[in-house]
Amino acid sequence: MPRRKDISSILIIGAGPIIIGQACEFDYSGAQACKALKEEGFRVILVNSNPATIMTDPLLADATYIEPIHWKSVEKIIEKEKPDAILPTMGGQTALNTALTLDKNGVLEKHNVVLIGANRTAIDKAEDRQLFDETMQAIGLETPASGIAHSIEDALRVQKEIGFPCIIRPSFTMGGTGGGIAYNISEFKTICEKGLELSPTNELLIDESLIGWKEYEMEVVRDCKDNCIIICSIENLDPMGIHTGDSITIAPAQTLTDKEFQIMRNASFKILREIGVDTGGSNVQFAVNPENGKMVVIEMNPRVSRSSALASKATGFPIAKVAALLSVGFTLDELKNDITGGLTPASFEPSIDYIVTKIPKFAFEKFPQASPKLTTQMKSVGEVMSIGSSFQESFQKALCSMEEELNGINSLAKDQEFASDEKIQSELTIPGPKRLFYVADAIRKGWSIEKIHSYTKIDFWFLEQIEELINLENELVNAGIKNLDKDKIIQIKEKGFSDNRIAELVRVDEDEIRALRKEFNITPVYKRVDTCAAEFATSTCYMYSTYGGKCESNPTSKKKILVLGSGPNRIGQGIEFDYCCVHASLAMQEEGYESIMVNCNPETVSTDYDVSNRLYFEPITAEKILDIIDIEKPEGVVIQFGGQTPLKLADVLSEKGVNILGTNVDAIDRSEDRERFQELVNKLNLKQPSNTTAKNVDEALSEAKKIGFPIVVRPSYVLGGRAMQLVNNIQELEKYLSEAVEVSNSKPILLDSYLTDAIEVDVDVVSDGTNIEIGGILQHIEQAGIHSGDSACSLPPYSLSQEIQNKMKAQAIDIAKELKIIGLMNIQFAIKANEVYIIEVNPRASRTVPFISKAIGHSLAKVASKAMIGKSLIEQKFSSKLPKGLSFVKEAVMPFDKFPHVDPILGPEMKSTGEVMGIGPNFGEAYAKAQKGANKILRKSGNVFISVKSSDKKYLDEFAPAIINSGFEIIATSGTADHIEKLGYAVSKINKVNEGRPHIVDMLLNNEIDLVINTTEGSQSIQDSASIRQSALRNKIFCTTTMFGAFAIIAALKSIEENWTYSTLQEINK
Amino acid sequence: MSFPAILALEDGSVFYGRGFGKEKFDVGELVFNTSMSGYQEIITDPSYKKQIITFTHPHIGNTGINNYDNESNQVHSSGVVVNKFCEKPSNWRSVKSLEEFLNENNVMAISDVDTREITTILREKGALNCCIGSLSKISEKDAIKKAQEFDGLKGMDLAQVVSTKDEYLWNKGVWPENQKTKDSNMVVAYDYGIKENILRLLADHVGEVKVVNAETPFKEIMKLSPKGIFLSNGPGDPEPCTYAIDNIRKFLKEGVPIFGICLGHQLLALAGGAKTYKMKFGHHGANHPVQDVESKEVFITSQNHGFAVDEDTLPSNIKTTHISLFDKSLQGIEFKDTPAFSFQGHPEASPGPQEIQSLFTKFSIMVKDYAKT
Repeated sequence: MPRRKDISSILIIGAGPIIIGQACEFDYSGAQACKALKEEGFRVILVNSNPATIMTDPLLADATYIEPIHWKSVEKIIEKEKPDAILPTMGGQTALNTALTLDKNGVLEKHNVVLIGANRTAIDKAEDRQLFDETMQAIGLETPASGIAHSIEDALRVQKEIGFPCIIRPSFTMGGTGGGIAYNISEFKTICEKGLELSPTNELLIDESLIGWKEYEMEVVRDCKDNCIIICSIENLDPMGIHTGDSITIAPAQTLTDKEFQIMRNASFKILREIGVDTGGSNVQFAVNPENGKMVVIEMNPRVSRSSALASKATGFPIAKVAALLSVGFTLDELKNDITGGLTPASFEPSIDYIVTKIPKFAFEKFPQASPKLTTQMKSVGEVMSIGSSFQESFQKALCSMEEELNGINSLAKDQEFASDEKIQSELTIPGPKRLFYVADAIRKGWSIEKIHSYTKIDFWFLEQIEELINLENELVNAGIKNLDKDKIIQIKEKGFSDNRIAELVRVDEDEIRALRKEFNITPVYKRVDTCAAEFATSTCYMYSTYGGKCESNPTSKKKILVLGSGPNRIGQGIEFDYCCVHASLAMQEEGYESIMVNCNPETVSTDYDVSNRLYFEPITAEKILDIIDIEKPEGVVIQFGGQTPLKLADVLSEKGVNILGTNVDAIDRSEDRERFQELVNKLNLKQPSNTTAKNVDEALSEAKKIGFPIVVRPSYVLGGRAMQLVNNIQELEKYLSEAVEVSNSKPILLDSYLTDAIEVDVDVVSDGTNIEIGGILQHIEQAGIHSGDSACSLPPYSLSQEIQNKMKAQAIDIAKELKIIGLMNIQFAIKANEVYIIEVNPRASRTVPFISKAIGHSLAKVASKAMIGKSLIEQKFSSKLPKGLSFVKEAVMPFDKFPHVDPILGPEMKSTGEVMGIGPNFGEAYAKAQKGANKILRKSGNVFISVKSSDKKYLDEFAPAIINSGFEIIATSGTADHIEKLGYAVSKINKVNEGRPHIVDMLLNNEIDLVINTTEGSQSIQDSASIRQSALRNKIFCTTTMFGAFAIIAALKSIEENWTYSTLQEINK
Repeated sequence: MSFPAILALEDGSVFYGRGFGKEKFDVGELVFNTSMSGYQEIITDPSYKKQIITFTHPHIGNTGINNYDNESNQVHSSGVVVNKFCEKPSNWRSVKSLEEFLNENNVMAISDVDTREITTILREKGALNCCIGSLSKISEKDAIKKAQEFDGLKGMDLAQVVSTKDEYLWNKGVWPENQKTKDSNMVVAYDYGIKENILRLLADHVGEVKVVNAETPFKEIMKLSPKGIFLSNGPGDPEPCTYAIDNIRKFLKEGVPIFGICLGHQLLALAGGAKTYKMKFGHHGANHPVQDVESKEVFITSQNHGFAVDEDTLPSNIKTTHISLFDKSLQGIEFKDTPAFSFQGHPEASPGPQEIQSLFTKFSIMVKDYAKT
């Protein structure tokens, strides 16, 4: 059946900000859907609050709204755009839930809009646990023994029937938020209470625990003619008990016989049919008892998911694109498989002749109070994927892609000393992110595979593979470099050992191994990802490296540029950088170059095979990049856009004579090396907060006294403010030095005088080496000292004088000239008492580039890329202008709800996972929209609880009357209350937590507070007041931890949601 | 234990690797199979007689060998080519390793060769004859010579070779229930190299099956008053199987319901007056889309054939029911004037997708209708 004729415009709902459980895979799926539907001639309307996405690029849709994904905002957009249909299956749980809410509120019926891709009944059947269980029983499939609870009493009754351990999952939450495994009644009650709160339907499913069972996923696509295909099977290396998003997974499944596989395949189709997923992609999860093959259905997602993105990248089959086309009436046999150049139809099942491994990346180091254990609630913030000719190769390549100073399956042993048997046993039984390294160390200690299996329940097949790798490592250690002959090197390279790991094992430099390889002529070959295991020829250049056999790379003789991607998402380096890399690639193509992308993150748009001319799905390590350069011989390499990942390779690449495009490597060093940076600051007569570097504890303590407290301390060369802390006195500094970091000659720490109450500003600059343009000046809402990635910020500045802005512009231009910037540069300034201080300079694309680009209507990354290959800004006719009469606010989105024991306070260490943008005619509306987009509910009136540190009391003169005028009554603890009373405003007093009951936390939990203003300093006070912020978070009460944030709220309260304006990017940047 | 091994192709291409299983050398037609699961079923499928199978999926042997999934009582292929041979299987049903099984069956495998390159060669040049061997048994030069000397499958009647000598009764259904058949409509299955899963499905859908030798004459079968005739899959070229074609013509005339699969499909078409041809590299995989030309429904099917029926030669009393969406080749036919139909792919799957097993239901309805008359 060809495309539906009754639909001509379609609203696509995006997934909003990047959060744990919902990352840039939905940018990938949404972007594919937009492109496919637009190509088919539909008018595509898009709503997504996340400006760092490719899908919100104005060219991808006809009408792009960067607005909160809330049903009320979406209703306004529907009123304005009058779409015929909504496609809710591309934007994760967010889009699905929004569509359901629109339907429940009668919006769809009122405006005559149909849902395509999924219908309400199907969504309900799949997402409502009870309905799902009943549906599965109706078609003869087993689900784990389970029960539904709507209250603690219900839950306790269900638990009695099921026993311990049992798994608790709240309904309608993503990434298993609020779920967990309970082994005893106390744990059980805690998890249930939290789960009931988090579930929008106050519903829990309590399941029989299947811990230790094997877990599989099937990626299914169905069309309206009931043709069903499996795109990919995925086997979790980690058994049940660890969320699939946190599990190491392998594609295709490795330990199923065909009979077992077909049972699962048939069941998947049955489930899609019974649930009623008429068209599109879905994912079904199964558990299999390894003792007897008993299979149960765990869950299904009636939409494209993180696993669909993985399956697409793993097979080359564009699930989201196909799902989008199926949703408008096409059938699978009518669609062509692009990767074989249309030689085969889309109605087939990919066959793959390689092994894919996905490893998730965690950020527990950012949340020291959180338990670093893997459970049924997803906690990973990103993932890597790798492709190899065997599991071993693919697994080791994935480890090298992680950027965790891994070069293989490294030992955790410190100074040759392994962890104790007890420790290993405990780590194997209660797994954390390092579980596989404990497995490897257990093997190194001589543990049998059987023993390891008894604790981990990891399938013997995987354990055998790892054991073989460890045995090979031991051989290498014993043999040394002298016995490393050609055959041995070939053998170990085929097993995926990196040059770096080999070098470490035989105790030489990596360069020596590379030289030896070249001497023996052992170089990687590149194979194609073609969906069909070579049965048909492909012209698509989607490649991975392996060793042995024939090379299929066939590089062209065109002029070409290599773009290095940003690797796995992590806190501090996320989708913003993928956005920049994609734009760099597109810019190079526009300028007539062949663009070649290298990246290892399966969630991204950059790893879509049709974004660049050629794609290498490879770890971003010196070895792999140099190998690719050897075969492709590009004219230049772009390292400015992928964050720290490619930047780290600048030195080694330039040493090898690689032409690095744009700003030269020395300039990077001048801005990153402390002493050289100071020279630069002095040379240009700029100001910098006084600072120093310390190489040992004594030096740190004595230097600190010279600078004066408060001080910001951090290790050198870190990303996202890792281990960065504000210390107020010598005791806090001592504590930091003894607990938080190691200090040594090779690992110095940096001390910076902290500018109290300074305004922080980000300035992004683009330059062609001669002409310099300021991309944008972003004024942070939160004061300097809060990590820039966690601060909200406003474009244009909302309270900075023109004079200060000009001063910063002038300084930025001076720096750009001095460093001979070609491409992008980001500067962070702090403004205190009308003085401009330089905090840091980053000669590369920054996190704010996509945000600014969306506001000014020009892609800064593209402009910079073209400048890097010699096209001047004048030739490009580029100038940065903000649309008149508009304000743009960026707000950071925090993952605190996933880490219940963590204090949700902002500080110098970055903790946010994503961002949203609010657009309005003034700062207040833009800020209010950004809060709404970040899902922070700002109540319009009620009780405000205020507790501020002494140094902030001066702000209460202005704040107290303003918040009262906005309609709030003030409640405060004694110190703050006394101060407010003295100022002559009404205030009610409430006990601090340690002052007796009832106290402030009681009030928060009783929902008697509507807004929390809580600023604090000093580690003891922070600890004492943590329960206030945690309770506010739990009860979804708006809480700000800075006074600057508090004033922004006053502005936001002035805007009235009903009067918000909605304009498309296309209208704004006409 | 592995041993140095070689795979030599008639075009002179040579691959060195590690040998597993029986240390020997053997010749056959080299084909590839893109199924990602089901190596046990594939190597025991009689249709692979005289063929050497290259698995495109890299890890082979992971799930060992179990007591339920054989398609016949022995390994039929003359050799196995893999990228990574698994020596230590892991699966709850496994009773022995693939290596042990190959040894028992006197068959060898070669591992650590670039199976993707081999597949590319076969894709470009078509199926090639080859020699697989232990380097302790044969040199490179001799191996190439053996490959070139092998006559190939064109014109080779292998159905006779693999067919059962003695007839037997089958009444056990598919795994995991393996139920005894309930229906009593006895059908006769001509064994040209029959896969056991066909028998299991016939038992589940139609009734008890009497399996007979490929050359059993029409008259003898009719004495058993069968309610249906099943024409099995099998190896080799259909054209030389004149005995079978003659028999089938008689059944067609008699009006007994006929269902053919793979070689059985080709034989039915030949009996109806159509022609067959040797394909370039055939269809060997579990992901092939086949379309029902009337309903337009698409089935993902298991395929394993090197010969095909030429659609242009179908006489007017035979209609096309299915075509391949990969290359538009003929996949299914049905007679307009008598209850007979056949399918080129493998509805019995094993390995592969099972959705077109509905053809067994179709046959059961024909059989029931015929039984009533």
